[in-house]
Amino acid sequence: MVCFSSEYSPNMPDMKILVIEDDLEAAAYLVKAFNESGIVTDHASDGDLGFYLATENNYDVMVIDRMLPKRDGLSIVSELREKSIDTPVLILSALGQVDDRVTGLRAGGDDYLPKPYSFSELLARVEVLGRRKGMRDNDTVYKVGDLELDRLAHEVRRAGQRITLQPREFRLLEYLMKHAGQVVTRTMLLENVWDYHFDPQTNVIDVHISRLRSKIEKGFDKALLRTVRGAGYILKADG
Amino acid sequence: MGRFRLLLRTTAVRMSALYLGLFAICAVILVFYVTDLTSSLLTYQTKQVVQDELKVLGNFYRRGGVSRLIGHIDRRSREPGANLYTIAAPNGQILAGNVESLQPGVLEREGWTERPFSYRRFYQPEGTPGHMALAEVIFLPNGMRVLVGRDLGEPTKFRSMVQRSLVMALGIMVIGALVIWFVIGRRALQRIDRVSQASQKIMAGDLGQRLPVSGSGDEFDRLSESLNSMLGRIESLNEGLRQVSDNIAHDLKTPLTRLRNRAEAALAGKEDGPAYRAAMEEMIEESDQLIRTFNALLMISRVEAGSAVAEMNEVDLSQIAHDAEELYEPVADEAGVSLSTRIEDGIEVSGNRELIGQALTNLIDNAIKYSADCKKPARIEVALERGTNGSVLSVSDNGPGIPENRRHDVIKRFVRLDESRSKPGTGLGLSLVDAIMALHGGRLELDCNGNEHSGLCARMVFDRRG
Repeated sequence: MVCFSSEYSPNMPDMKILVIEDDLEAAAYLVKAFNESGIVTDHASDGDLGFYLATENNYDVMVIDRMLPKRDGLSIVSELREKSIDTPVLILSALGQVDDRVTGLRAGGDDYLPKPYSFSELLARVEVLGRRKGMRDNDTVYKVGDLELDRLAHEVRRAGQRITLQPREFRLLEYLMKHAGQVVTRTMLLENVWDYHFDPQTNVIDVHISRLRSKIEKGFDKALLRTVRGAGYILKADG
Repeated sequence: MGRFRLLLRTTAVRMSALYLGLFAICAVILVFYVTDLTSSLLTYQTKQVVQDELKVLGNFYRRGGVSRLIGHIDRRSREPGANLYTIAAPNGQILAGNVESLQPGVLEREGWTERPFSYRRFYQPEGTPGHMALAEVIFLPNGMRVLVGRDLGEPTKFRSMVQRSLVMALGIMVIGALVIWFVIGRRALQRIDRVSQASQKIMAGDLGQRLPVSGSGDEFDRLSESLNSMLGRIESLNEGLRQVSDNIAHDLKTPLTRLRNRAEAALAGKEDGPAYRAAMEEMIEESDQLIRTFNALLMISRVEAGSAVAEMNEVDLSQIAHDAEELYEPVADEAGVSLSTRIEDGIEVSGNRELIGQALTNLIDNAIKYSADCKKPARIEVALERGTNGSVLSVSDNGPGIPENRRHDVIKRFVRLDESRSKPGTGLGLSLVDAIMALHGGRLELDCNGNEHSGLCARMVFDRRG
């Protein structure tokens, strides 16, 4: 039994993903865990089969291991991109250094996760890539409950009341609101808000989150920004 | 013999042989050309002399007929060093001159003899070989034959002298060249032998071995020197690798054992669900810490290996410093540490933002960790300034600092001061900073905090390049 989503159950009945991973044990675990999180998962154990499935079916997200038998992960991604298949791709790799990430993303991947990873991290990233929730890119005003963020005017209001944020706090909230209803992990925040891809020794993100939380929640009775244990944070309006 | 064969195989010797061959062909052509030229010149001279003589004889003949011609020939024949003269009856019987006998058939054809012929002079001692000569034969209207010629002894001697001296000069040159080439080839061979002996020792595992350098600064030395610096690099990389494997053995086994023990204890215990859960969570945390250590180790060795770790470009050091301060300000605030900055704007270096950022946050992290629990109010300053030799990015604190004699040690992997063992951390932070600075052509300096004579000042020095 997988318990990562004990405090958070995503409601994504129609999300369908493809996992291309040659390690059968790891793959079985992933398929089971994704299914339990409500995500329909197909699995391919080698590059050729994976490429075939990727071109024949319509997936929301693909999770592709970098080193695969028959055809390696990066060439699958670049060939899919050549065929104008723009399904978001998350690349899994045992290599995790700065330059490997860059080559992975240049090949056409949308996200890169070094092994070993935690499933909650992978799940959060797959959900964000699937973009079934949250705001659209061209929304200029993000709204979650009574919280409003105006991207053009750089203003944040809650219940009509103006909240002053530092520039970085604004970007942090913007990212959380863009993916409202989805779990975002600490590393995702560090990558997307601070543009750093390393793991800081102290949990700096937690401190930033608690500051932001005190600004947007102090004086209001409803909590919006919640901590998901073992995973990250989620910004949600209800309950 | 084997050595000789080896010598034959060296490039110098092979080139020498090639040059020698070409040189010999040229020399032979030269000898033939010069002697041919000499002999045609001599033949021309001979013909000239003979023709002049014939002109004189013709005058005598026209003025006084055969008798006067014979008289003149007789007179000329007696002069010392005279040319050859013969006047013969139509039947070939010699009437006058200084020739006793001729090679048969010479008097049969009018004009120049086609090739040298042999003859005997009068008074020539018996048994000596006949001389060779060239001559012109003229038929008189009455059928008598007149022959005027010149002995070829002198020109032939001259020609062979020229030939001999040429051959000798060229021979000396060829032998000299051979000797010089042999010596050079041997020298090259010996040096290459020494290089290959050294490299065999290196292959056998003695990475401390270096190729010999003679000190002459020639191309062999330059080659050896660059190979030596390559070997130095390989040696230090290898040393790093060995250190990593030692470290892995030592410092990763400990947490692995702890992890295993915890799992065992959970299995052996009679606890129920929630306790299991707690044990599992602890184990995940433990393995996360292991992964972190492992990543840091890999990162250090990859940064130390240098190439292809990260793209380098012009980065704004001032911005990186501001970003790090901004990232850590809330953390410092929460830990009760006041974090201040003194950052000069617009300082750029060639580097990798990600790596420099990671190094700087490591230093800030350390400073917060070690100064936070002191009695006095903790202060940290992040400073960036342009020094005379480059830019210096420093993090100084007023914490306990590091004793001077341990400052060098703490940069090594997994070295932690006894006082800090209770704190979380991998013992790799400063090693990583050091490796990152080395990659950027700079260095990490640890010093006491100059202003307060306590605490630590960690300086990332970016040397100015060029």
